Amino acid sequence: MNFLDFNLPLVVLLPFVGAIFAAMASKLNRLAAAYTSAGVTILTLALLAPAMSLPFSSQTLVQSWSWIDSIGLQFAFRLDGLSLLFALLILVIGLLVIVYARYYLATKDCMGRFFAYLLMFMGSMLGIVLSENLLQLVVFWELTSITSFLLISYWQHREDARQGARMALAITGAGGLALLGGVLLLGHIVGSYQLSDVLAAGDLVREHPLYLTTLVLILLGVFTKSAQFPFHFWLPHAMAAPTPVSAYLHSATMVKAGIFLLARFFPVLSGTPEWMWLVGGAGLITLLIGAYTALFKHDLKGLLAYSTISHLGLITLLFGFSTQLAAVAAIFHIINHATFKASLFMVAGIIDHETGSRDMRKLNGLLKYMPHTAALAIIASAAMAGVPLLNGFLSKEMFFDQAVTASHANSMAWLIPALVTVAGIFSVAYSIRFIHDVFFNGEPVDLPKTPHEPPRFMKVPVDLLVIACLAVGILPIYTVAPLLDVAVVGTLQNEAPQYSLAIWHGITMPLIMSMIALGVGALVYFKRDVLFRFHERYVESIDARRYFEIGLNKIIQLSISVSRGFDKGSLQHASMWVILTSIIAGIIGFISVSSPLLGDRDFIPLDGITLVTAAILVLASLMTTIWHRQRLLSLVVIGVIGLIISLGFVKFSAPDLALTQLSVEVVTIVLLLLALYFLPQVTPKETDRTRLWRDAILAVVSGVGVTLLTLMVLSRDFAPISDYFLANSVPGGGGTNVVNVILVDFRGFDTLGEIVVLALAGLGVFAMLQGMTLPAPNQDADGRIWNSDKHPAIMQTLTRLLLPLMLLVAVYIFLRGHNLPGGGFIAGLIASVALIVQYLANGIEWTQKRLKIDMHWAIGFGLLIAVSTGLVAMGLGYPFLTSAFSHVHWPVVGEFEIASAIAFDLGVFLVVVGATVMSLVQLGKLSTASHHDSPLSKQLEETN
Amino acid sequence: MELIIALIIGVLTTSGVFLTLRGHTFPVVLGLTLLAYAVNVFLFAMGRLTIGLPAVIDPTQAEYADPLPQALVLTAIVIAFGMTAFLIVLALKSRSELGNDHVDGQSCPEGEIPVETDVQKQIQRNEQL
Repeated sequence: MNFLDFNLPLVVLLPFVGAIFAAMASKLNRLAAAYTSAGVTILTLALLAPAMSLPFSSQTLVQSWSWIDSIGLQFAFRLDGLSLLFALLILVIGLLVIVYARYYLATKDCMGRFFAYLLMFMGSMLGIVLSENLLQLVVFWELTSITSFLLISYWQHREDARQGARMALAITGAGGLALLGGVLLLGHIVGSYQLSDVLAAGDLVREHPLYLTTLVLILLGVFTKSAQFPFHFWLPHAMAAPTPVSAYLHSATMVKAGIFLLARFFPVLSGTPEWMWLVGGAGLITLLIGAYTALFKHDLKGLLAYSTISHLGLITLLFGFSTQLAAVAAIFHIINHATFKASLFMVAGIIDHETGSRDMRKLNGLLKYMPHTAALAIIASAAMAGVPLLNGFLSKEMFFDQAVTASHANSMAWLIPALVTVAGIFSVAYSIRFIHDVFFNGEPVDLPKTPHEPPRFMKVPVDLLVIACLAVGILPIYTVAPLLDVAVVGTLQNEAPQYSLAIWHGITMPLIMSMIALGVGALVYFKRDVLFRFHERYVESIDARRYFEIGLNKIIQLSISVSRGFDKGSLQHASMWVILTSIIAGIIGFISVSSPLLGDRDFIPLDGITLVTAAILVLASLMTTIWHRQRLLSLVVIGVIGLIISLGFVKFSAPDLALTQLSVEVVTIVLLLLALYFLPQVTPKETDRTRLWRDAILAVVSGVGVTLLTLMVLSRDFAPISDYFLANSVPGGGGTNVVNVILVDFRGFDTLGEIVVLALAGLGVFAMLQGMTLPAPNQDADGRIWNSDKHPAIMQTLTRLLLPLMLLVAVYIFLRGHNLPGGGFIAGLIASVALIVQYLANGIEWTQKRLKIDMHWAIGFGLLIAVSTGLVAMGLGYPFLTSAFSHVHWPVVGEFEIASAIAFDLGVFLVVVGATVMSLVQLGKLSTASHHDSPLSKQLEETN
Repeated sequence: MELIIALIIGVLTTSGVFLTLRGHTFPVVLGLTLLAYAVNVFLFAMGRLTIGLPAVIDPTQAEYADPLPQALVLTAIVIAFGMTAFLIVLALKSRSELGNDHVDGQSCPEGEIPVETDVQKQIQRNEQL
């Protein structure tokens, strides 16, 4: 098997597996987690390496496995130039961050947790950039939201970390939801979620009526993730994270995920006026806001955060221009920004680490304390400002050039280069501030620590990044050009346009703009006092976070009040809503049907006996309701209803149901009687007449609705699906009782589910009754003392005689069930009644001494037998629960038929007996236990 | 005959719904039992009412009662019993733990519902910021 057939999923999944090892390694040694993570990252790079050459020979590697085809989800990965560029950024900068973090984290910080989170985040990011299937991409997108939440809140003891993480999660999570919607629409338009198909369907998508909706949803995902206006405010608050996290998330990864998506969908979605206005507009505003605000931040990381926002805006604006050259500039700036911003964050972390402060009002004149770090910071800042001979200059020139090109679009477009130059001015100003305030500008002001250079290897990652800035800036053709070229091909899915990476193009408009930015920027910095006063007076108080908190609180309040409206912590209220909703649904159903109330099916003529019986049932039902406060009385009356219903089943050709209903009725009433003993005998009178009337109206409306519905159905003919069962019952199931054959054969799987429910109910009853104590009343509702003669002798004798007879009936009903009315359910209920009668007549202790079967075993064996019948069929190569039957000849008995389904029915029988007897006996035990403790029994024992 | 059955289902539903909306456990269990009757009869009636038709296969017979609703209702009856058993024991449990037999399952006096939740505390904290 070729390694290039399956290495991409390994690349994505290895960091997740590695995370487990990193977490475990930290238990051995504090630093082991860091080494494990570095090892995992290098191994991941090695796994990716064999495929790296493919994009350079214009090949796209796709590795795909079918997963859930019905929803278009495939486990699919792809590697083209764009994916390769991002995968390299993620892994290489990730490796540098791991080395850096090993020195950054304090001894009290948990290393295992940090590196495990970092690796999981790395895996999620790799998943985004290497996904071929869009749904799978969204899954990894969500994973980055979750893992970045964990990383930002790494210092869980800090309130700002928790809040910053929550804000990032809320905003990027909401964006992720929008993105899912957008991707679903995109898949709907194209008819496939595979990126290869989507990328080839650009024209189709752009001309589709749903284009704008799709675009807006996808852009919501992009803008929230990449901190574009108006969602930019979460990013500065995410700075509460440890600096390595900021360096990683906000230079090369998390915030670049949105940018990656812009590049990924560039051939599909770009080029329309909607795209230009939305993407370009958001990018331009973000660029300006970020550059302006960064100048005024006193916190080093705050400055870098806003600078990041500004640069992300720049890249977004470039994509917004929609030209191929702008895309080239955008990709180039992605690389450059990742290098200089990662190094600057690391420098900020070093300064924080070695001085104990990040406040630029305190940090001054650090040059003489840490000259090496200062040199690195100066170069990286210069790259950020766009000083010639550094990488930032090259991409900024391309950017200015594109802004100038865009200014020819219409009469107002001259604003674009003007505003872009303003942003450039501020960018230069804050870069100077970062250097001048920190490394020059006098002496430090009461720092917590005396500044000094950090450990050698803490600077190595920064060294490497800064060297990259210089190398790309001076010799672009020999360094970055090939990678940039394949990334551009991957982005455009087409040949790259002609562009020049030369440092000197002559005196051009972009160069003039650069010079203006550098000159005026320096001026702005040195005359910054005026601006600071203006900013503090008018702008600083505007904090998007406040509006976010207010909005969040409003939403939470709203959701609380809505749920409080439905859920007042009261079951009564909730039941009312359930019933009201059903009524409304029913009314809508009635209104929307235009056919007449009654159909043309003939009704069966009514006879006198049925009428009288029905009248008794209706009366009993009403009496149960009216007398429901006298609980014993209502229980007696409800028994009448059950009996009449079983008579009804006899009348309407359903003997199986009649038998079932009859035996269930017996056990239900016994059960309720046992329970009633422990409950108040009388329900208190209700005082709230409004509620009574409201409930009465709801009840009557439901009743009328159900009556009408039944009439509508019963007066119409229908085509039953039962003909199949009737025709196949004997040839297929080997039984003439179709109801039983359906239960144990045709729909055996349903029945299995049902006996599992019954078993769980029985076990639930058992569990709840463990250790429960309830005071046993010693008199009934009317104040009469309970009869102390617990077990009347006549009943005892009679039931003992009846027991074998009843069990025989149960066995008979069970055996004939497949061919005549009966079966496991009914036989089980009859056997239960037989046993329960013994408990009732003779007492629990007496019966348990003689009946030593533990009902747990009955339930367990019942389920075991039922499942094994199914498994045996599977083992023989038939579907689960297929039955077989044959004819057997026995002397004396004669010829009869035996079906394997009878074993399944035996399982049903055991579960029914087990669950029923267990429920009742456990309740009975409760009453015995309470009796032993009650004052009455003690009194009786004494008198005896 | 169909009219009577429809009426019976309606009356059972009415009684069942009314009792289900009561505030104490025992009437609610009775109400659910009545509703279970109503639902079972309703399901059964969906196979249309037939009188005097054979229940088992007999080569001399051409017509049968619809067996499918019967099979459905048979298990429904047993499951309804399981549910009733579980519910009534739940009622006992709540009485033993909380000292009353009100369905809302709260030990505090009626009318007072504890509402202080984590979310509200969070909101208060946000407002202080």
